[in-house]
Amino acid sequence: MTGLVTALSFLLALLFGGIVLFLAGENPLQVYESMFSGALGNWNGVAETLVKTTPLLLAGLGVAVAFRMQLWNIGAEGQLYWGAIFATGLALFVIPGAPGWVMVPAMVGAGLLGGALWGLIPGVLRAWFGASEIITSLMLNYVAILSSEYLIHGPWRDPQSFGFPGTPSLPAAAWLAHWGTTRVHLGLLFGLAAALLLWIMLRRTRWGYEIGVMGENPRAALYAGMPTKRTILLVMALSGALAGLAGMSEVAGIGHQLQRNLSPGYGYAAIIVAWLGRLHPLGAVLVAFLLAALTVGGDQIQMSLGLPAAIAPMLQGTILFFLLGGDILTRYRITRVIG
Amino acid sequence: MTPSPSSPPITHHPSPVTPVPPAVAMRAISKRFGPVVANDQVDFEASWGEVHALVGENGAGKSTLMSILAGLYRPDSGQVEIDGMPVRFRSPRDAIGHGIGMVYQHFMLVEPFTVAENVVLGEQRSGVDLQTARVERELTELSQRYGLGVDPRAKIWQLSVGEQQRVEILRLLYLGARILVLDEPTAVLTPQEARSLLQTLRGMAAQGFSVVFISHKLDEVLEVADRISILRRGQIAATTTPTETNRRTLARLMVGRELAELVEHPSAEPHQTVMPGEPILELRGLSALGEKGLPALRNVDLEVRAGETLGIAGVAGNGQRELAEVVTGLRLATDGVIRIDGKTMTNRPAAEIARAGVAHIPEDRLATGLIGGMNLSENAILRVYAQPPMCSGPFLSNRAVAAFTDRLLANHDVKAPGRWAKLHTLSGGNQQKLLLARELAGQPRLIVAVHPTRGVDIGATEAIHTALREQRARGAATLLISEDLDELLALSDRIAVLFEGRVMGTLPARGAAAEEIGLLMAGISHD
Repeated sequence: MTGLVTALSFLLALLFGGIVLFLAGENPLQVYESMFSGALGNWNGVAETLVKTTPLLLAGLGVAVAFRMQLWNIGAEGQLYWGAIFATGLALFVIPGAPGWVMVPAMVGAGLLGGALWGLIPGVLRAWFGASEIITSLMLNYVAILSSEYLIHGPWRDPQSFGFPGTPSLPAAAWLAHWGTTRVHLGLLFGLAAALLLWIMLRRTRWGYEIGVMGENPRAALYAGMPTKRTILLVMALSGALAGLAGMSEVAGIGHQLQRNLSPGYGYAAIIVAWLGRLHPLGAVLVAFLLAALTVGGDQIQMSLGLPAAIAPMLQGTILFFLLGGDILTRYRITRVIG
Repeated sequence: MTPSPSSPPITHHPSPVTPVPPAVAMRAISKRFGPVVANDQVDFEASWGEVHALVGENGAGKSTLMSILAGLYRPDSGQVEIDGMPVRFRSPRDAIGHGIGMVYQHFMLVEPFTVAENVVLGEQRSGVDLQTARVERELTELSQRYGLGVDPRAKIWQLSVGEQQRVEILRLLYLGARILVLDEPTAVLTPQEARSLLQTLRGMAAQGFSVVFISHKLDEVLEVADRISILRRGQIAATTTPTETNRRTLARLMVGRELAELVEHPSAEPHQTVMPGEPILELRGLSALGEKGLPALRNVDLEVRAGETLGIAGVAGNGQRELAEVVTGLRLATDGVIRIDGKTMTNRPAAEIARAGVAHIPEDRLATGLIGGMNLSENAILRVYAQPPMCSGPFLSNRAVAAFTDRLLANHDVKAPGRWAKLHTLSGGNQQKLLLARELAGQPRLIVAVHPTRGVDIGATEAIHTALREQRARGAATLLISEDLDELLALSDRIAVLFEGRVMGTLPARGAAAEEIGLLMAGISHD
């Protein structure tokens, strides 16, 4: 049932997008073919799709675990940035000479910690003061991004950068291993491992059970005497930590420095990954891959067909709109209300 | 249909020759919600110039009947006539178009807006220009004419609850209401505000309005109403006038006279005598606040012994819910002491109280005691998931969980497709049996059961009663809160009656007169 709806939503989106493309004077079939072959038609495309999958998956897992408990953490973007800041700071200034087998695990730890601490801020505000984590986590995104801007323009700026904002390059020991000549790096394995661990945690442990009960019926959790506040803190920390790992892996796997526009909104796309994946870790793997393919394919048609820059995001938006719409309409029914 | 002598002159229909049709005539109204029959062939009339009170226990169908009149619900069958003309409302707006306005228990006001702005919100005539000045002028005039004392320029959040209620009335008057329906209008008011409101209502009736109000409070009903209709279990039990009746009769009509018959036949009371043992639950001077921050429990002293069932009777909203929540650790006591098994447990966490051997069958099983979206196993282990054998280290043991669930389902005859079924797919009775099975699995010392058979079919009711009797025989102490007097009389050793958070009296269940319980429930004590 759900699979059918998803497939139909996808087809409808292609149809609608096709109409717009046709009106814009393009051949829709050619555009779609080009998108598909760009993202998945050759090894290079697949590799780029996997590169984009990595941060979407890690941040999406973080969002999913929080949403499971009905903690609406919209702050994955900021948590991602703080993971990147912690990891970069560690590699550049704390243990710059460490060998890879020390450096990489230490950076993973720093990334997790940076994201966790940033996630804990809205967690604490929610647990103790009942402040809406939607607002606080969202606002903290701007603080995080601007903190990163400050560091790369100010104290952490590379003196040899000829005025370009950015930190110096990380020591080579901090670079994540690559798969052959592609840009696919160890971060993808972090993401897959995290998905597996999270799945086991949610399904087989008492913590997963507690998170489930608190998400489905907070009053029942209170009734059963579950430690609600403590769980809010733990889940927000875990959620932030996973997004922080995404930031760390972008720095150590792709850019090899902290730079501007580290994330083109991975933390927000992560919300879609979590939601379309039905808050299931393995669902997140699938959706993160599809969303990444959509992005890479969109970039491709911009380059190969010379389409206006707006076409690719328009198609992405259309597809997401229909997928989310189909998803919502399968869960809820539209009824007329009096009044 | 005889108007009471105190009835004011009818100004709306001056014709003295033709018989005046009633303002409202509801004929053979029936309304079901799923399996629950809220209204069963109800006939109800209200005249112009009359204050008509509608009384009855919670769940008797009063609010449903009035919501049908106000266009919020459509009846399954039956006919509504306004001023002699048959009408069919599709919405509250239709109803107000026919002059019927309802003041709900929860006000429908926008707090940051002024009174006039709130009134404009409900007005269809207004276009782009809200003409607030004109509305304010008209409201001032209306407010003065009916003595409502509302300033149209005041913001809602600045007003007291009583003033907000008068804003609701003013808005309905502005929209052209001639028939006012108020759902328990005095429940939220202080005694002074209530008195002032009742005077206002009398004044409106004197000017020809038809006023219908729902109430539990027999004193105010007898004081202000011209006629009184009593609803019981979805049917009109009687319509009477204050001169023809008294509090005692009204209380009996509300509770139902078949209860008296039940008590006169001791065969209906299958108690086996168990000598009560040591006190398990002791409450001393217990007080607590309710949802709105007002006192809900006042200085309650109660004691339940091992092998004893103490029934708590009372009209809903007199502190029963708060009593159960305070004892089980879900609500803080503001004063007093709770001792369980001799140990002081006042304001201890819910988990600790549960570990001390307290089972809790909460008032609303799906909102509190169960998780509708989870499967039966996940619901079954709610109390024991953190203990061996369910849990070793952080991991839950699938095998232990399955065995535990299957045992609960089998022992209490829960009909379910399997432990993987989602809880909400079960019938109410089977849900409640699972909840009961889970709560009784730990051989509790004390059972706090709140409306344990509400909304449950007869078979499941029997099973639940049997299970509770077995627990009593085993030596458990039971605090049984119910609105069903039959159930209380059948299961309890003693019955305590709560009224406005106080224990009005405690009587032995054997030989208790339903009439006496009914009077205590209405707040009238022996003396």
